[in-house]
Amino acid sequence: MLQSKSFVKKTKQGRVVKVVREHYLRDDIYCGAPLCKVCDVAASRLSSTASTILVVDTNVVLHQIDLLENPAIDDVVVLSVVLEEVKNKNLGVYNRLRALCSNSQRRFFVFSNEYHKDTYVKIETGESPNDRNDRAIRVAAQWYQNHLGSAVRVLLITNDRDNKKKAVTDGILAETVESYVKSLGQPALLDLIVQPPSDDVTMEDAEDLRPSKRKTIYPEHKPMSEITSGLHRGIYHQGKLRVNRYNPFEAYVGSESIGDEIIVYGRTNMNRAFDGDIVAVELLPQDRWQEEKSLAIANDEDEEEDDVHLAPSSADDAPRVPSSAGDKNAMPTRPSGRVIGIIKRNWHSYCGSLDPMPMPAGEGGIAHALFVSKDRRIPKIRMQTRQLGNLLDKRIIVAVDSWDRLSRHPSGHYVRTIGEIGDRDTESEVVLIENDIDARPFSSQVLACLPPLPWSVSAEDISNPIRQDLRHLRVFSVDPPGCKDIDDALHCMLLPSGHFEVGVHIADVTNFVHPGTPLDDEAATRGTSVYLVERRIDMLPKPLTEDVCSLRSDVERLTFSVIWEMTPEAEIISTRYTKAIIKSCAALSYVEAQARMDDSRLMDPLTTDLRNMNVLAKIMRQKRIERGALTLASAEVKFQIDTETHDPLDIGMYQIREANQMIEEFMLAANISVAKKILEHFPPTSLLRRHPSPTKEMLEPLIQTAAAVGLCLDVTSSKALADSLDRAVGEDPYFNKLIRILATRCMTQAVYFCSGDLSPPEFCHYGLAAPVYTHFTSPIRRYADVIVHRLLAASLGICRLPDIFQERPRLTSIADNLNYRHKNAQMASRASVELHTLIYFRNRPTDTEARILKIRSNGFIVFVPKYGIEGPVHLMARGQKEGGKWIVDEQQQKIKKIDGQDSYGVLQTVRIHMEVVEPQPNRPKLQLTLI
Amino acid sequence: MEYVNPEGLRLDGRRPMEMRQLRAEIGVISKADGSAVFEMGNTKVIAAVYGPREVQNRSQQLNDQALVRCEYSMANFSTGDRMRKPKGDRRSTEISLVIRQTMEACILTHLMPRSQIDIFVQVLQADGGTRSACINAATLALADAGIPMRDLVTSCSSGFLNGTPLLDLNYLEDSAGGADVTVGILPKLDKVTLLQMDAKLQMDTFENVMQLAIEGCKAVASYIREILLENTKQLESRRGI
Ligand SMILES: [Zn+2]
Repeated sequence: MLQSKSFVKKTKQGRVVKVVREHYLRDDIYCGAPLCKVCDVAASRLSSTASTILVVDTNVVLHQIDLLENPAIDDVVVLSVVLEEVKNKNLGVYNRLRALCSNSQRRFFVFSNEYHKDTYVKIETGESPNDRNDRAIRVAAQWYQNHLGSAVRVLLITNDRDNKKKAVTDGILAETVESYVKSLGQPALLDLIVQPPSDDVTMEDAEDLRPSKRKTIYPEHKPMSEITSGLHRGIYHQGKLRVNRYNPFEAYVGSESIGDEIIVYGRTNMNRAFDGDIVAVELLPQDRWQEEKSLAIANDEDEEEDDVHLAPSSADDAPRVPSSAGDKNAMPTRPSGRVIGIIKRNWHSYCGSLDPMPMPAGEGGIAHALFVSKDRRIPKIRMQTRQLGNLLDKRIIVAVDSWDRLSRHPSGHYVRTIGEIGDRDTESEVVLIENDIDARPFSSQVLACLPPLPWSVSAEDISNPIRQDLRHLRVFSVDPPGCKDIDDALHCMLLPSGHFEVGVHIADVTNFVHPGTPLDDEAATRGTSVYLVERRIDMLPKPLTEDVCSLRSDVERLTFSVIWEMTPEAEIISTRYTKAIIKSCAALSYVEAQARMDDSRLMDPLTTDLRNMNVLAKIMRQKRIERGALTLASAEVKFQIDTETHDPLDIGMYQIREANQMIEEFMLAANISVAKKILEHFPPTSLLRRHPSPTKEMLEPLIQTAAAVGLCLDVTSSKALADSLDRAVGEDPYFNKLIRILATRCMTQAVYFCSGDLSPPEFCHYGLAAPVYTHFTSPIRRYADVIVHRLLAASLGICRLPDIFQERPRLTSIADNLNYRHKNAQMASRASVELHTLIYFRNRPTDTEARILKIRSNGFIVFVPKYGIEGPVHLMARGQKEGGKWIVDEQQQKIKKIDGQDSYGVLQTVRIHMEVVEPQPNRPKLQLTLI
Repeated sequence: MEYVNPEGLRLDGRRPMEMRQLRAEIGVISKADGSAVFEMGNTKVIAAVYGPREVQNRSQQLNDQALVRCEYSMANFSTGDRMRKPKGDRRSTEISLVIRQTMEACILTHLMPRSQIDIFVQVLQADGGTRSACINAATLALADAGIPMRDLVTSCSSGFLNGTPLLDLNYLEDSAGGADVTVGILPKLDKVTLLQMDAKLQMDTFENVMQLAIEGCKAVASYIREILLENTKQLESRRGI
């Protein structure tokens, strides 16, 4: 049956055209009930014992998705009209609904009512699209009741009073969400229900909330039509709001229309926008930019609740410093604005805990509580609960429902409990959820893609012409102790010509992970393995990472190898790429390798190879540094974990040996060689990695600190910076390292990108001073390397290029996902280290040495090198900064006692006492005090 | 963009292997020697055939076969925006050429030396697959004009979106940027006479997509045969045979 839909549409050029589309109606759409006599039951999803089948309307899905996700709600028919409306209104909810529909554990069935000949309804004249859709839902519900007969009760769930009334008139059973959930007799489910926003409640209730009695806190959002016309006329600007991770009162809106970031200071100007929302912003008059900024800075100092945290290792982890306090009166160059409307919300659920509060008198009643998210960018959320006593000491997940302008905080509802605050497992799970890391076990579809185990190299692999047999070579690997997923091995052989043949052999992961398989999709989504202190979340299933792909000693393994011929001066004469078979003769740890090289009595071939490689590596490293590569440093912390309790036993800085640097050097060289090769073959679709050069503004804090101790840094180029870093040696041996650590944290991290999206000069990797760079050497734990392996194989003609490389936008989106996952994995690792640091110091108050990084009005920030953490040390109590006994000298970065007896300057060494305190119950934190 | 939803339905409610509704009418222009309207869903094409007749421009005359000429155009109202469609732009020249070559391959031109056959096709309404609809309309018009042919030529397109081969793309699917494979076949002889593709496809996917288009051509052929048969029966009854 054919229906045609016609509607008018506005084109991008602003013209209005009439669009006519065909709409085919079908008779082969089935009801999904397994007991149905009429339909094909092969694809049925509903349970055969169901006595009630629920039909939900769009608003129920949009607002009550947390409830729908609870297993207590099942046998739900999702109409295609509902799906379509949800998709247009909120993609996040749509994806969750789709996940429910495809989850084999749940009984959600999608009924394509829009294409069914009996349930399609045509819009009537004068009927609004919303009314038409509501009617379509009722028609579908009625069809179900007639179709399935009296054995099953078909229940329409809707909170729309009008819709419900009409449904009852039509003879359809209908109930509101609340009354249905109450009828289930599970009171805990009631916490999951979203309370309707105040303008939706019945008149009698609204009477109580008389707006005149409550103070308006936020300005009204402009209506959509006004926003659209304002955007069109250029007086408003649209963009995604990004809240500063370290200062929730400052946000940025990247606006294409003015080509710059608009800064939004303060909650009032943010006007109820959340991080990630698409907002419309109005610029403030230029003379108010400064005022807003200083207000915000004052605000910032008031709210300042800096905890001790892990020292940042790059600019991405560090707070954005408001440019130097000295030029406070200078005209700010960046525009500042305020949010006048929200175009698209980015609300989801957040992890955190309730603000400590006394238990209300009546036990078991409904309590109003404030929820504090772990993510500082999220404001506190108001919520109701019937289980306050239970939740106060728990980490919970809460979803946001609404935020009206009479309320200081948004309101939300409880979703689920993770566990007790401070408990290591709970906090680790919080870290994972916060960083959107999927730590679930691999699905059976994914595991089905693994090769049969036990796996070994087959005769076919050996006879395969693309694979070179390198089992006769003396290949070995060097890794951290206890490493099970060994993805690289090396060999080094003296050739008769006096040159060296050096090979880097990388696990041939793409031999097992084929494009388009569930295994590949899963790895692409995960993007990277995540290393927490006490556990590792793998990108690929364990049999692959620890056995089949791991280049362990004394077993034959498949590799993808890069083999160079090098002169003794480490000049690369030729480069060869091949798939190969190797048999590693030794899996060394860094310590073992170092010990062998250092022990002059050892003269065995393996040790000779190591020494030769080390000589080559040193020359390569020297050349790299001469090209302007930076020797950066970060305070990496290593924990010793109790194998029984998983509690940290000891922490300390990670020691870097020559052997580490040697391996790193060859990995860099392999990555660079591969990057050149793939870029040569696939100029528009190579996946590369670049490190943007830091701007002067980013290096400002470093220059200031250096200037305060009388050091002048040249930051005009990476070479100049590298040289001035080399010259920065003070009398104390740690000084140079400290300056390098400070330099490192000023720079952003390297990112993946698709070569077609940028021009060649932008490909540059600043830190390595390499014109092109990519990741090739760790395919077991990074998906980028898997992609690069496929590109390299295709460039050698070994296999054909998978489909995705024919579409640049898809490759770009893969690169974006990899960057996102990579960043999250790093933040998770850092959060995990912070968590374990707290656990470690819980019973171990410690005195140690620290360095002053920054002078504050009431004390200073110190860096504790031994534990890699930094945090504030207060010289005077909070709120007492005016008229205190200390004076700050901003210029020289010094803080002095009023009587001139004591003074502290930046980079100075101090001794501090570290201890875990609990200012509020269940909220332990690390405190630093001066001794 | 999701062109095939998880329930296996396309945006207009078809399944991936389904064609749009076909409709055809023969003899719509009485002045022409043969004419037809052919519809594939909302794509509507009219074709008129004049000839075989005397060659208008003597210098083009061929002594061993007939001269086949084709003119393709799009009505100004054929797309929603009612823009003037320039004649003789590159796209229409190319489609004219494609139609001419495809039709020439099946007309028995050697039976009509020193004559000329003109095929005019105009798109009345465009909604994807205009090329195929033009060829199908031209086949019907040629048959209506009684011009001797080896076989019918029928055409259909198919594409590849969301990892699924799709038959007979409409405009929305066509403009998705995926591959678009147009195939023309001689159904009885089982020969491919036209194969066009923009964009790239993997070899094995391409095989599947092309096979799907061929199936579509065969379906079109049986529909066209039905129409012709019905038309002949009507002619019979009109003549009182
Ligand atoms: Zn049924």
